[in-house]
Amino acid sequence: MLIFERSRAARRAPTQAPLHAPVSSVPERFRRARPAALPQVSELDAVRHYTRLSQKNFSVDTQFYPLGSCTMKYNPRACNSAALLPGFLDRHPLTPAPQAQGYLACLHELQQMLGSITGMKGVSLTPMAGAQGEFAGMAMIRAYHLSRGDTARTEVLVPDAAHGTNPATATMCGYTVREIPTDASGDVDLDALRAAVGPQTAGLMLTNPSTLGVFERRIAEIARIVHEAGGLLYYDGANLNAILGLVRPGDMGFDVIHLNLHKTFSTPHGGGGPGSGAVGVSERLLPFLPLPVVAREGGQYRWLDERDRPRSIGRLSAFAGNAGVLLRAYVYLRLLGREGVRRVAEYSTLNANYLMARLKEKGFEPAFPDRRATHEFIVTLRRLAKERGVTAMDVAKRLLDHDMHAPTTYFPLLVPECLLIEPTETESRETLDAFVDAMASILDEAMSDPDRLKGAPYTLPNRRFDEVRAARELDVRYQGAA
Amino acid sequence: MSNVPAELKYAKSHEWLRAESDGTCTVGISDHAQELLGDLVFVELPKVGRQVKAGEACAVVESVKAASDVYAPVNGEIVAVNDALADSPELVNSEPYADGWLFRIKADDASAIDALLSAADYAAVASAD
Repeated sequence: MLIFERSRAARRAPTQAPLHAPVSSVPERFRRARPAALPQVSELDAVRHYTRLSQKNFSVDTQFYPLGSCTMKYNPRACNSAALLPGFLDRHPLTPAPQAQGYLACLHELQQMLGSITGMKGVSLTPMAGAQGEFAGMAMIRAYHLSRGDTARTEVLVPDAAHGTNPATATMCGYTVREIPTDASGDVDLDALRAAVGPQTAGLMLTNPSTLGVFERRIAEIARIVHEAGGLLYYDGANLNAILGLVRPGDMGFDVIHLNLHKTFSTPHGGGGPGSGAVGVSERLLPFLPLPVVAREGGQYRWLDERDRPRSIGRLSAFAGNAGVLLRAYVYLRLLGREGVRRVAEYSTLNANYLMARLKEKGFEPAFPDRRATHEFIVTLRRLAKERGVTAMDVAKRLLDHDMHAPTTYFPLLVPECLLIEPTETESRETLDAFVDAMASILDEAMSDPDRLKGAPYTLPNRRFDEVRAARELDVRYQGAA
Repeated sequence: MSNVPAELKYAKSHEWLRAESDGTCTVGISDHAQELLGDLVFVELPKVGRQVKAGEACAVVESVKAASDVYAPVNGEIVAVNDALADSPELVNSEPYADGWLFRIKADDASAIDALLSAADYAAVASAD
């Protein structure tokens, strides 16, 4: 039920009622003639409506959320502390730098910490989301080639295991995408890569660990092949959680990286953001970093702008990224420290490997049984689909009845009927065991009563949605109470 | 087991091709491919008149699970597309070899058609999935 359907004429919450004082500074022609068609409800109606809606949600605060490739880790409440300081909350984005030294100091330290974790020479915090970070990264690669007069590089290489955002980014930046296949053990096919590189290669976009839940073991060789052809290496930071404090993309030979602070660095995630797609670069891409970035000179902080960095790819937002999100990532890193950052990677991979081993015991088939899992791993249900007609979607929906969010389904596309499972470092062994028990009971059900799974979920406010009809007859406009 | 008509030619990437009497070839995706994709919700077709190379992505079939490229099986020119799919993408699921065809192509070189997979060879590819 929509809140509009609870509306009753003239009912209102006095604290929310509009002021009837004249708004004389707004020219007459811009003022609305009739009041906005807002729902008319009491404060209690509004509180109950939104509380009930929130109770229908799955969230990390309420349920286990092993959504692969998304890193739905718990965000400690303490991370909110800096963003809630009145001095930061009330700061105007155009406050002159001398009056915003505290805020700039936080951003500068965050730049330094992210640079140190990734092995990159410079960091810009300005991209507002992962997709914008990717765009910034690829735009810098383009700016680099063009600055050298190298206009023949028209192609970007993307492994077929990549997130769909990678080819989309390369295309947005004017490149043609060439797909590189994956070999049977989940690594990039090196022969295909050697055959694909050339003077037309602008770069390679790689996620390492890959979306197949394995670490690309021959990354040094891949970097050599791409660099020798004159291309640059782009690191998609989606899976950085697995290697934090253990290996650095800069040391693997990457030239540019985007980070999802809302994944790896514990800022709020999901529901449309706000996100942060901070970018890091090697020495040769420094001049192209998006603006503004914070510099420290003689104990003072200031914004670097177009006068300092005339070759920058420019600005991506009106100011400098999502301030509140950056402050949360800053506190997260200060709380963890160097040791804690490494423990994130160690526990997230330990949890994933523990889950993979226990699910295998229970009869599930890992997609890459000979590979150690990174912070996530893939189970394929192809046998179950063939023999019992039970799909990955059926298992995912049934998990909801066990009060757990489903893992990612049908991604990556390379593995049929797959579940991509990422427990994250913040879950206890008891939670992991409860997930294994739930999966084992679903497997039993698939053998004894597969039709039962087809109808799941049974315990949620809504049953199985008709996804096909929703996609074919998309209707998101409120038509008034039925 | 999915349906693999014996009179058609196939590509490893799951397209089928039928040589028509007017010298053009009709192309679609196999029954096996539509089964793997699940219910289609959107089909993007190439522009008529476009020159394509064998192996070049020239159409997209999107289901609730995934969006997949469809590749031209041979070099040639796109001479027609199945406009009915704009409103009824489900034809690809219900009749992959008939009303669910995607486009017609005029092959640059007819011998390229012979080099495609036979029904028996394609059935082996499909059953390995």
